[in-house]
Amino acid sequence: MEEKKIILDIHNFSVSFEQYEKGFKKTGLPVIRELDVTIHEGEMVAVVGSSGSGKSLLAHGILGILPYNATLGGEMIYNGEPLTEERKKELRGNEIVLVPQSVAYLDPLMKIGPQIRKGKKDKASREKLSRIFKGYGLKKEVEDLYPFELSGGMNRRVLVSTAMMGNPRLVIADEPTPGLHMDMVRKVMRHFRELADQGAGVLMITHDLEQALEVADRVVVFYAGTTVEDADVKDFQKEETLRHPYSKALWRALPQNGFQFIRGTQPYVKDLPEGCPFGPRCDQCTAECKGKIPSRDVRGGKVRCLHAV
Amino acid sequence: MKDHLLFIGKNILRMILLLAAVSIAAFALMTISPIDPLQANVGQAALGSMSQEQIAKLEAYWGVGTPPLERFLSWASDFLRGDMGVSLLYRQPVTSVIAVKLANSLWLMATAWVISGLVGFLLGVISGLKQGTWIDRIIKGYSLLIASTPTFWLALVLLMIFAVWLKVLPIGLSVPIGLEASGVTIADRIQHAILPAITLSITGISNITLHTREKMIEIMESDYVLFAKARGESTWSIVKHHGFRNVILPALTLQFASISEIFGGSVLVEQIFSYPGLGQAAVTAGLGSDVPLLLGITMISAVFVFGGNLIANILYGVIDPRIRRGGKRS
Amino acid sequence: MKKMNGRILTVVLFTAAVLFLAGITIAGQIYADEAMVTDFSRKNMPPCAEYIFGTDWMGRDMFIRTLTGLSMSIKIGLLTTGISSVIAFVLGTMAATMGKTVDAVITWLIDLVMGIPHMLLLILISYACGKGFQGVVIGVSLTHWTSLARVIRGEVLQLKEAPYIKVAQKLGMGKVRIAWKHMVPHLLPQFLVGLILLFPHAILHESSITFLGFGLSPEQPAIGIILSESMKYLAMGRWWLALFPGLLLVFTVVLFDVAGESLRKMLDPSSAHK
Repeated sequence: MEEKKIILDIHNFSVSFEQYEKGFKKTGLPVIRELDVTIHEGEMVAVVGSSGSGKSLLAHGILGILPYNATLGGEMIYNGEPLTEERKKELRGNEIVLVPQSVAYLDPLMKIGPQIRKGKKDKASREKLSRIFKGYGLKKEVEDLYPFELSGGMNRRVLVSTAMMGNPRLVIADEPTPGLHMDMVRKVMRHFRELADQGAGVLMITHDLEQALEVADRVVVFYAGTTVEDADVKDFQKEETLRHPYSKALWRALPQNGFQFIRGTQPYVKDLPEGCPFGPRCDQCTAECKGKIPSRDVRGGKVRCLHAV
Repeated sequence: MKDHLLFIGKNILRMILLLAAVSIAAFALMTISPIDPLQANVGQAALGSMSQEQIAKLEAYWGVGTPPLERFLSWASDFLRGDMGVSLLYRQPVTSVIAVKLANSLWLMATAWVISGLVGFLLGVISGLKQGTWIDRIIKGYSLLIASTPTFWLALVLLMIFAVWLKVLPIGLSVPIGLEASGVTIADRIQHAILPAITLSITGISNITLHTREKMIEIMESDYVLFAKARGESTWSIVKHHGFRNVILPALTLQFASISEIFGGSVLVEQIFSYPGLGQAAVTAGLGSDVPLLLGITMISAVFVFGGNLIANILYGVIDPRIRRGGKRS
Repeated sequence: MKKMNGRILTVVLFTAAVLFLAGITIAGQIYADEAMVTDFSRKNMPPCAEYIFGTDWMGRDMFIRTLTGLSMSIKIGLLTTGISSVIAFVLGTMAATMGKTVDAVITWLIDLVMGIPHMLLLILISYACGKGFQGVVIGVSLTHWTSLARVIRGEVLQLKEAPYIKVAQKLGMGKVRIAWKHMVPHLLPQFLVGLILLFPHAILHESSITFLGFGLSPEQPAIGIILSESMKYLAMGRWWLALFPGLLLVFTVVLFDVAGESLRKMLDPSSAHK
């Protein structure tokens, strides 16, 4: 893995929104505070965090489609060069593609075929779409359907097809399997695995650790706006090989490991504790945890915990 | 196909029922009025020029002895046979009065309807796309201001500017005084219709603009536009492929719904510019207690309003694939 | 957005609008008698320092006449929107809670009222009431409830399906308590905003119908009457008779719109980040 080229390197990434407090005070709402992710060619990285923790903003931030009142921070390097807003505009839809959660992200009044081709009617686009559809076992007639006419089984394949119209080097899948059965999840995941095996980097954003472990190469654990651990999938086989107390807690909550949940809930962005966000729920929390927590390399992975060894 | 016919049939049936209800409601309102239309018009020699038979019929309608239900049934059965009675003020059959007035009004209203629809749609789309910019502020500000301006005062202001001050357009009357109706040229007619048409258009635009703007903003904030952006589509491509496609349906409904407003506006505008159309006739009939004419005008305008809604519903079914292909949706 | 804190601006706007409207209403009330004073030594004066809106053919001060007229119109507007919103609330909730048949009947009734052009319906109702003051009040009240009734119906329908209401029902909470504790707090803001936003329509239609000559007599100088009288003198070049009263009327309507919209903004949680 090490010798493969880095496609996307995100360091210290943050997203905050302007919002009114009770009364008249305007404040920045830091939904993402410190996020680090690195994706290599042919690699599939899963960012795992609980629902509603603002993970989708990562995808929107990379693509440059955040709403106007959002402020970005940190560094983003794509293919060795900084990923500026102009570059995002140029690359999105072609080299950097998004696979959305559901067909609700398709225009309800536009037929599937023209919609995937972005309205293009030339021969090359038509042929390319036919090839893609064939590859995914979709019939030609599907092109003439409207999104509401697609069956559940077709939905996923159509959504993945949208990504294939470009020449994807980085695929971002935002919660690609909401509410699907494990069988179906495996099928969908196979599509992403194929993309990775063809050399693209795949960034999967999900709340489901089980799914992530199924297909990803590396898992990045996201907690209250911060990435707390970056670990190889193998490390999730045993609790001892994990580094951060929250990752361990997630591991223990997996069905095969006994469904144990820890006390408390993830804090809301406004009520974050000082220092380590996981502090109040952590057994190992000490006075030093109230300070700044740097990201450290521990046993070949990265972790944001002073006590990790 | 069967579904579509059923859908259209249901809509037509609904329209007929509503029309029947309008006629009952309007007739009831006329009946409970303390004003006696015959009494109110007796002194004006209106009755003098009517035939004995007509007067007898009128008295049968409004006479003390006949119960309201019987009067209504008699009026309704005549109405269905195309006889709306005799206008007390114009001393002519209501049908022929309405025919003349409607012909005058129709192209005034049609012009305003088309202009306000097109301009309003365009301004709304631009404003919605450029939300928050100066151009949006100007368009929105204009629309809100006009929406707060009484139509009749706007008409007065235009009259002051163009007719009194600049003297470029005539003050009123669709036909120059002293000319026979047959001696009126098309140019005369157009000249006299300009100000009323402009007034009606200006007021009509604001509502359509504001609604289209809202819809456009909603569309531009939708998930599918976000995804289109993520796929690298340019703003123009998004507008072309997704904006127009999704905004045109609500815009159509709005356009047909605006018929009612144009009708209402024409009542005021025609009165101020002395334009001899249906709106002015309605005011005259109301002030002069011309019940048969008032009832006739009410029915005709209701036919237009409900007809507009009907067309909008049917068009919706034809255009929206979710209804066209999905079959069922109430 | 950048320079001024939007929420403070909203509150300031709302307060200013309400104060101004109250000011016009009270001032008009106080000067009601003075508005009738005729003085032929000062008739047909264009606007000047002493009479900023000019005077009319009977030497009445147009500024004071306009204030009284607006005050009258605002009061009628308040009365009619009050009645309209009560009708809207009752019918809207009934449609949402009393089953399919009632719902169908009320929806149908809304369609019916909307089927007759507003101005025409006003004329019909005014005629039914034998014209005069009550005709205007009843007419405007009976024609403006439809849109608000639809909003209320939709809100109540949505509330009924809301998970927390369902939970409260499961927990055995009484119907009245659910309605009072969970539904009213939700509906009230919507209702208030709807009520204030009804007002511009009410005053516009009230002035229109009086302008046409239905309703108020010349002794009750509502703004519609003042403008209707001014029309006769337009051709003589007395533009001020129509211009200033109309401008102040537009201003009043805009203020009510501002008040309603800013109230909506203050009550709407989703505008928090704008």
